[in-house]
Amino acid sequence: MSDAGAHGAQPDEPTDAPAGPHRVIGTPPPAQARTLLGEAEEPGAGAPARRELPAELPDPARAKRAERLVASLFILSLLASIGFIAAYVGLEVHSVDATLRSNLALGTSMSVAFLAIAVGAVIWVRHLMPTVELTEERHPLRSDPAAREAFKETFEEGADASQFTKRPLLRRTLIAATLPLAAAPIVLLRDLGPLPGTTLRHTVWRKGMRLLSYGPNTPIRPGDFSSPGGMITVVPDGYQDNQDALAAATAIIIKFQPGVMVFGQRNQVRGGFVTPNWTVDNIVCYSKICTHVGCPAALYDQELHHILCPCHQSTFDAPRGAQVLFGPAPRPLPQLPMGVDAEGYLIALSDFHEPVGPSFFERG
Amino acid sequence: MSWITAKRRRPVAGYAVVLLGLILVGAIYATITGSGESAASTTPTTSSAEIAKGQQIFQQTCATCHGLEAQGTAVAPSLIGVGAAAVDFQVSTGRMPAKALDAEMPQAPRKLTVAQTHAVAAYIQSLGGGPPIPTPAEVSTSGADVALGQELFTADCAQCHNFDGAGGALTEGKYAPALTNATPTLIYEAMLTGPEAMPVFNDTTITPNEKRAIIAYVTESRTTPNPGGFSLGRVGPVTEGLFAFLGLLFFMVLVAMWITAKHRKTTDE
Amino acid sequence: MSMTTKLLDGTGSWLDDRFHGAKGIRTFFRKIFPDHWTFLLGEIALYSFIILLLTGTFLTFFFQPSMTEIVYHGSYTHLDGVRMSEAYASTLNISFDVRGGLLMRQIHHWAADLFVAAILAHMLRIFFTGAYRKPREVNWLIGLVLFTLALFEGLFGYSLPDDLLSGTGLRITEGVLLSVPVVGTYLTFFLFGGPYPGNDIIPRLYIIHVLLLPGVFVALITAHLFIMFWQKHTQMPGKGRTNTNVVGAPMYPYFMAKTGAFFFFIFGALAIASTFAQVNPIWLYGPYNPSGISAGSQPDFYMGFLEGSLRMMPNWTWDIWGHTVAWNVLIPAFLPLGIIMTGAALWPFLEQWVTGDRREHHVVDRPRNAPTRTAIGMAAVTFYGVLWLEGANDVIADHLYISLYLTTEIARYAIFIAPVVAYWVTKRICLGLQRKDLHLLEHGVETGIIRQLPTGEFIEETRPLDDEELAALDVKPRAPSLPPGATVSAAGVPPPGMRGGLGRVREGMYKVLTESVPMETHGNGYGNGHGEADGHGEPGHAPVPSGSEQDDGSGDDQGAGA
Repeated sequence: MSDAGAHGAQPDEPTDAPAGPHRVIGTPPPAQARTLLGEAEEPGAGAPARRELPAELPDPARAKRAERLVASLFILSLLASIGFIAAYVGLEVHSVDATLRSNLALGTSMSVAFLAIAVGAVIWVRHLMPTVELTEERHPLRSDPAAREAFKETFEEGADASQFTKRPLLRRTLIAATLPLAAAPIVLLRDLGPLPGTTLRHTVWRKGMRLLSYGPNTPIRPGDFSSPGGMITVVPDGYQDNQDALAAATAIIIKFQPGVMVFGQRNQVRGGFVTPNWTVDNIVCYSKICTHVGCPAALYDQELHHILCPCHQSTFDAPRGAQVLFGPAPRPLPQLPMGVDAEGYLIALSDFHEPVGPSFFERG
Repeated sequence: MSWITAKRRRPVAGYAVVLLGLILVGAIYATITGSGESAASTTPTTSSAEIAKGQQIFQQTCATCHGLEAQGTAVAPSLIGVGAAAVDFQVSTGRMPAKALDAEMPQAPRKLTVAQTHAVAAYIQSLGGGPPIPTPAEVSTSGADVALGQELFTADCAQCHNFDGAGGALTEGKYAPALTNATPTLIYEAMLTGPEAMPVFNDTTITPNEKRAIIAYVTESRTTPNPGGFSLGRVGPVTEGLFAFLGLLFFMVLVAMWITAKHRKTTDE
Repeated sequence: MSMTTKLLDGTGSWLDDRFHGAKGIRTFFRKIFPDHWTFLLGEIALYSFIILLLTGTFLTFFFQPSMTEIVYHGSYTHLDGVRMSEAYASTLNISFDVRGGLLMRQIHHWAADLFVAAILAHMLRIFFTGAYRKPREVNWLIGLVLFTLALFEGLFGYSLPDDLLSGTGLRITEGVLLSVPVVGTYLTFFLFGGPYPGNDIIPRLYIIHVLLLPGVFVALITAHLFIMFWQKHTQMPGKGRTNTNVVGAPMYPYFMAKTGAFFFFIFGALAIASTFAQVNPIWLYGPYNPSGISAGSQPDFYMGFLEGSLRMMPNWTWDIWGHTVAWNVLIPAFLPLGIIMTGAALWPFLEQWVTGDRREHHVVDRPRNAPTRTAIGMAAVTFYGVLWLEGANDVIADHLYISLYLTTEIARYAIFIAPVVAYWVTKRICLGLQRKDLHLLEHGVETGIIRQLPTGEFIEETRPLDDEELAALDVKPRAPSLPPGATVSAAGVPPPGMRGGLGRVREGMYKVLTESVPMETHGNGYGNGHGEADGHGEPGHAPVPSGSEQDDGSGDDQGAGA
């Protein structure tokens, strides 16, 4: 069916349509059966019923063909719906492969069921309903002055009758009484959570707490973590399953070649140096929680010694106290004071000396 | 007139030609972007003959950049102590010998044969030791704990390589490559030797057992079917969003155009 | 009477006896709906919403909104023995242990994506055609609220499964909330019930996602549709279409059938997508833990612009008097959305103020006929688009082999430069299209019929535009609604709204806003319109031989007809 679209005149077209490109797709069609759709006629007006919508199609043979097409589409949809039920009953899930098959069968049958109805319905409208173009008058949205006046009167009369305008004491005390209702939700929601207090300033790291390799959760000896260029995630011993603790306490340790780290007095605002007493055997420990908005700053480029956070690409210079090289992070990653316990495992010497993670107003 | 000429003026002809063109281009592109061969390595036996042969290949192919004693030069690092595993990894993935220096050497079809690779690897191993090429038993994933592998992969690998090993961007023009063609041996070697920007995960940091779990996870998730349909690259919401616009919304716009299109043949008044 | 007729009769009478509906329903049935494909964009959003409600209800029967940790022993064996929240485990359960569960999950997610995409497209259509003008300003504002709520509804929805990808998004949300001055830490602790992640966020997001926001949506969408019904839909310019009528087909049976078909099309398209395109494969991401993350972590596309703005911001921060103001987070999180939403909300009123146009508008503009408005809209789209692309910058860097930092550096400049360029380019394109229309008006439409002149030249005949085409071009002369300075009183005093500094600003903005190619033409399609005021800007240019343009205007015009 050669329907809409500006494809140019075709040689077998009737010649009453003007030649040349006729229109762009989608602009409104020309007026056909123009009927002025006036007010809904009052019943009993005595006039003979005037038909607003035509009932017959101009080309019955064509309509018959369309009808058969639509009917077969609807039957196809019915079959697909039955297929859907059959697939649901017949196909089990409980494994990835079975789910794949079930999803495929259910989805295909559902798609065919819906699309067949849809296509059938559109063909029905376009080819089995006579084309009409009717016009309906708009009324100005503005009410007429009489109505407005009447409304104004009713409103004012009511206001007077209620004494609202005449008795300011009533009015003001009413407002005063209803104000606390607005505050009620705020009051009732106070117990949504505890006050932050100083919680954000500390993590669970304490002196003597072992660093565990995240995943296998085993303690680490410097002698084992001995390959320069190594980087691993560490968590505090005793908190490896505590997500609230890990959200602040997760850290990374990096092993350097000797002489790569720049030791000195680390500046909390700019980084710049690695505090040497807090390192063990050229291994340094930094917080993994990015100081931008808290994603794990987890990528490590061992050639450039850059720690990269994958969320917003904040980059930290590991040999220089994790100072910020690029990206939106405002602060270097805090360094965790690290030592070795009696059995030779890596431990923390204390909590971080500054709050970890994103900035907050009270951080300072 | 012939069948094609008669059909040429139909509206659908244009679409058919475009479709044919797209299929053709797609087929040609698919054939020319082949992935590099991956190495299936067997554990070599090192003999002095092999080491000698390796030294010869090294001096011809590698010494220009890495120095005659593999001591390193301004343009390439020292290879003393990197071990056979590093050599096997770099050469099997075609990154070495490098033709041009880049921020990161890309994967390519391998330039040395398996035998040649093992020879060079043996030579480098003889120079300063280092991690050897893992044996097939060491990289076997039978009995490995895939769930543990998933946890470890998420903890140590996904941040660069993406949750599904689809790869990711690093800084300075570098990137973590996709793991689609990585064999168990290559994965093991990469973890062990930390090629280029990748950190080093030696056997005491991630134990061989844990490494096997990770390998099991990578190789199995590659072959896990996508029960929800085509994976759209397993890249995540970026491709999903593109599909929502270019696929779904665009399709609905086409449907809307069909529903509201005017009739070309008008009905009688 | 047939059985059906009797049944309908009986039912109708029964209802009418109780509800007095005959007149009202008849009016409803006879309501006219104009036809244009761009008018169906809102319907895509509407039906996507209904599908979201249907599939969402199914999901609520199986989802457990709880962060209690359990050990998984379900059908997805790769995660067997792994500790995870009940929310995540129940999502795995829906995907692999409930028949049709994965399909419903995927339809729900694709429908959410389509919902927002359709709202964007619909909003742009309304803007570019000026359909937000009086009397539809309130509907425009309702639409903006719906758009903003849709963003949050989607964010909360895809965060419910508590997987690694969406959990990262929640972490970013927490970081953003923390940065709010004075109340940030309190807001965060109240939302999460304590320090992040706590045990409360998923159940709380759940109730907001399935009850509070859908309730607001149903109310606002009902209002949105009711207003549209009450004020009648706008229509495209065309023959017989005026500002005081609606031309189209009636609701019953035409529009009902078409809109019903469209609903099934949308449902079917979503079903196909959910069969053949996997979305949000949470089993691959793994359960959330705050120590893990994946490369290429992005939110769903409609939050991408916030992600992009977070990425491109330089790390400005103030540490003063023991307090920190994190501009590096505050600005990107609130400024772009604020600019776009505030600008969009104020735009109808700004336009009214500048042009002084307070008439009702029921015939929409073709975008080209409002070049400045279209250009401003495209500048806003470009602004949004730069943020969007930057949100995917690591995926772009990886797949197109561009250096990562370079993408951010480019974005930092592009965010300012690109909208300006887009404004200028769009405006030129619109003006060019208007000139093309003017050319059609003056020279007629090419017919493809070639004639040879006695001098040996070949020319193409043109015919003048017929009524429908002329109406579609929408070239009625626009009476300027505000004649600045034209109603200057005899003493040379400008009208009240045009005085002083503000008045001069207004006048300047008026000139820019109404800049357009004047479409009055003295021609009649026969090429006789050349002269001083031919709208081309250059007096008396040499006509291009593309029509039966006899300069002497003689009757040798074969331009009409085949």
